[in-house]
Amino acid sequence: MTRATRHPERRGLALRLALFILASTTLIFLAAFGYSHYHSRRLVLKNVRAVAMDRAASVVLQIEIKLRSVEALPRVVSRYLENRTVTDELVLPLMHDMVAGSPELFGGAAAFEPHAFKPDQRFYAPYFFRKGSEEVTFAQLGNETYNYFLWDWYLIPKELNRPVWSEPYFDEGGGGILMTTYSHPFYERSEEGRLFRGVVTADVSLEKLVSDIGAISLYETGYAFLISNRGAFLAHPDQTLIMRESIFSTAEARGLPELRTVGKAMIQGGSGFTAMTCPHTGRRSLLAYAPVTAAGWSVGVVIPEHELFADIRTLNRTILKIAAAGLALLLLVVVAISRSITRPLQHLVGATAEIAKGNLEVQLPVVRTGDEVQVLTRSVDDMRVALKAYIADIAETSRARERIESELKIASAIQMNFLPKRFPPFPDQTTFDLYAALAPAREVGGDLYDFFMLDPGHLFFSVGDVSDKGVPAALFMAVTKTLMKGMAEQGSTPADVLGRVNAELCRNNETAMFVTLVCGILDLATGDLVYSNAGHNPPVLLRAGKRPEFLPLPPGLVLGAAEEAAFETRSIRLFPGDRLLLYTDGVTEAMDVDQQLFSDERLLRETTWMAGETPRQMVERLMAAVQTYAGGTAQSDDITVLALHYKGSH
Amino acid sequence: MLCIWLWACLLATGAARGDASVSVDFLPQWSPQSQFAGYYVADAKGFYERRGLRVKVVRGGPDRPAGAYLANRRVTFTTLFLTEGIALRDQGVPLVNIGQIVQRSALMLVARKKSGIRNPDDLDGRRVSVWDEFRLQPLAFFRQNHLSVSLVPQGYTPNLFLMGGVDAASAMWYNEYHVILNSGIDADELSTFLLADYGFNFPEDGIYCLEETLDGKPEAVRAFVQGSIEGWRYTFDHPEEALAIVMASVDAANLPTNRVHQRWMLARMGDIICPGGNCDDLGKLNEANYLFVGRQLRGNGIIQAIPDYQEFYDPRHATP
Repeated sequence: MTRATRHPERRGLALRLALFILASTTLIFLAAFGYSHYHSRRLVLKNVRAVAMDRAASVVLQIEIKLRSVEALPRVVSRYLENRTVTDELVLPLMHDMVAGSPELFGGAAAFEPHAFKPDQRFYAPYFFRKGSEEVTFAQLGNETYNYFLWDWYLIPKELNRPVWSEPYFDEGGGGILMTTYSHPFYERSEEGRLFRGVVTADVSLEKLVSDIGAISLYETGYAFLISNRGAFLAHPDQTLIMRESIFSTAEARGLPELRTVGKAMIQGGSGFTAMTCPHTGRRSLLAYAPVTAAGWSVGVVIPEHELFADIRTLNRTILKIAAAGLALLLLVVVAISRSITRPLQHLVGATAEIAKGNLEVQLPVVRTGDEVQVLTRSVDDMRVALKAYIADIAETSRARERIESELKIASAIQMNFLPKRFPPFPDQTTFDLYAALAPAREVGGDLYDFFMLDPGHLFFSVGDVSDKGVPAALFMAVTKTLMKGMAEQGSTPADVLGRVNAELCRNNETAMFVTLVCGILDLATGDLVYSNAGHNPPVLLRAGKRPEFLPLPPGLVLGAAEEAAFETRSIRLFPGDRLLLYTDGVTEAMDVDQQLFSDERLLRETTWMAGETPRQMVERLMAAVQTYAGGTAQSDDITVLALHYKGSH
Repeated sequence: MLCIWLWACLLATGAARGDASVSVDFLPQWSPQSQFAGYYVADAKGFYERRGLRVKVVRGGPDRPAGAYLANRRVTFTTLFLTEGIALRDQGVPLVNIGQIVQRSALMLVARKKSGIRNPDDLDGRRVSVWDEFRLQPLAFFRQNHLSVSLVPQGYTPNLFLMGGVDAASAMWYNEYHVILNSGIDADELSTFLLADYGFNFPEDGIYCLEETLDGKPEAVRAFVQGSIEGWRYTFDHPEEALAIVMASVDAANLPTNRVHQRWMLARMGDIICPGGNCDDLGKLNEANYLFVGRQLRGNGIIQAIPDYQEFYDPRHATP
């Protein structure tokens, strides 16, 4: 049992200490690490947001500058054309110079409403453009196969009544380059209002813009793109997307509804910064977008998240390595400290285990730590010393008790030796038979019996009961018996014997002990019995052939109580076959389990069956009857029975 | 979007018999797109070749008006809208419909719900852009609903509508409608009026050749019509394969369109060629539909008389 519990406890303390400290330290570290990670991510995001928004804004600015610088030309020209009589001589040099004088222009046209230039001319749209070189070429737009009235660059500003940048397009005549056209409407103003007459256009190549934007790169694979107000890609690092795919077709093709949402926000002129899945790499990315208000386009700058956080990841890995090393070191320190604490404890545990096994000579470890362990060690040592002293005490006490018990045994043996034990006591006597037994309640009893021959014709017998039990009673009994024998042998009546014994006992009787006693002298030849009583129970007289009866006793005080007590002698004659049964109150006052006394009545009933039995049988029968009656109840008093059978002289 | 060049190219020259060769040219009426998937598939899968016909598919587009090319014998076969076919015939071009492919009209009107247009009645007093050559159906629709609409000419893109220049615009279900969706307007933000749903179902794409071809090379005509019908059936059975074939033509032509758009178009072609998934009428021109379209054209002064159905349509080659 001790072995089973001792082991895990010893291991547990150091382990628990290490576990708790390591776990709490790890928790604290993780919390700090999480916060640091979260915060540095936010910091990076904040910076990236600024960088990306700046980049988008700068691209927007670049486009706006290009577009705004172009817008001025058609505006001025269209204003010039309003309310003027338009002729070839007016328009052609004007348009030529507009294109020739503006290197940023690819071409420009003044397109008129049907029959607005000349009543018989449906189409009139002089167009000057650069074809491959700086040289400006002229063409007249509009014929049955090129009905410019239905083209966006003409139709939309006309219907919207405002200048419009067209949706970019690949110009077939211009060698398939990406272009956009700014169309400014002009009117004939009159009192009734204004009448739409046509548009002045300026074509701009977007090639350089597209390649510039397409070439933008941020971090490793971040990029910029430009979409039209319909969401079509105008500029993108992936050239194959340009004008073919839109942000919405991409969203549909890749199943990215969030991209469609972003696209809608972009073409509605919004600006923002959002996280999304990049449709081209499939990675989570950040998108900054800003509108090109001049044309309704939108610029997006995409930065893959994993690149942004690459530095943080590297830092995190380093921090984690340091933390792992630190925790390992901490583990060693904790183990060392807990060992230094638990080592004396372990020694102490070993020592106490020895003490528990009974070895009080064990040497406790010397602890000079000055802490609770030292106090504990001293306390255990004190306990050990105290235990040792106590055990020595106990040993001494039990030795003393053993001695007393042994002495009591000897006393009992001595007392028993006082009583005549040889039966039949007088083998050559034929006139009577006698048997007696004493069952002491403790080791040493206070009852006594005695019988001896005064002379060859007279038998003296007595049964008595000392008021107490134990060694004092035994000693008092020994004194009484000795006195009785001494007095009886001086030849006298039983009353006289009792008187003299009483006088002796009363003298110096400081213990106030007393004894009841009945004694008698039987004349063996005649059967005459003289007897006297000192406060004792009446013996049972069994006349041959008659019912048992109590022998009437003369009154008499107990011996040793009063010096002047008087005793009386009575006499009856026993006939051959008569029996006499003497006993102490241990018989009649024996109690059963219900605290009921054996009683005189039961004694008489028991003796009824004794006719014809030898004294020995009588004594044993009565002893057995009392024992049966008492059952398991402890014997509280000495029991003494003496049976006498007078056979008579033949 | 169909050719506005139609009206410029009605110069029918006299019929001349070509030699009975098994090599033919075919011109779809517009640039490569899923609208013509069946023909590209028939060509790519050898459905023509197996019938002893070598077909050269000419790239269509705005610069190649199909009606004029057919009239001028620059190609053997072409596709045309039924209205265009009837008009050309009325104007003396001896063309014959040898197989009506698209049974159902894809023409529709589209409006933003935000502008308050949810029912036909809501179009009253609004600015609606219509294509000049496809104005018949919308005009009949407006008349039927007693709407007074401010008509705006529609160009080649839905951009005017997208920029808010008109309240409603015309659109082909398979084309402009999806362009609008892919310009950032969600389907649930739009009200649509498919004119076929309002009783104005004008069958659209049909296969045409000149009478002389029909007379001179009946086997070639049959082979082309049967091969085309097989091509369409194969297309609807294998849409992704068909889409790949279409995209190959699209890429070859370097057109500003994309796969998503062509996939949508292919699916809608299925809806209008085989309405309700039923392809039984593939190749057939229903006489009642024909006469309905003819009466609409005549009623609007576009044609003088409705060409005789028997002369206009030859059902022999479309039947197995």
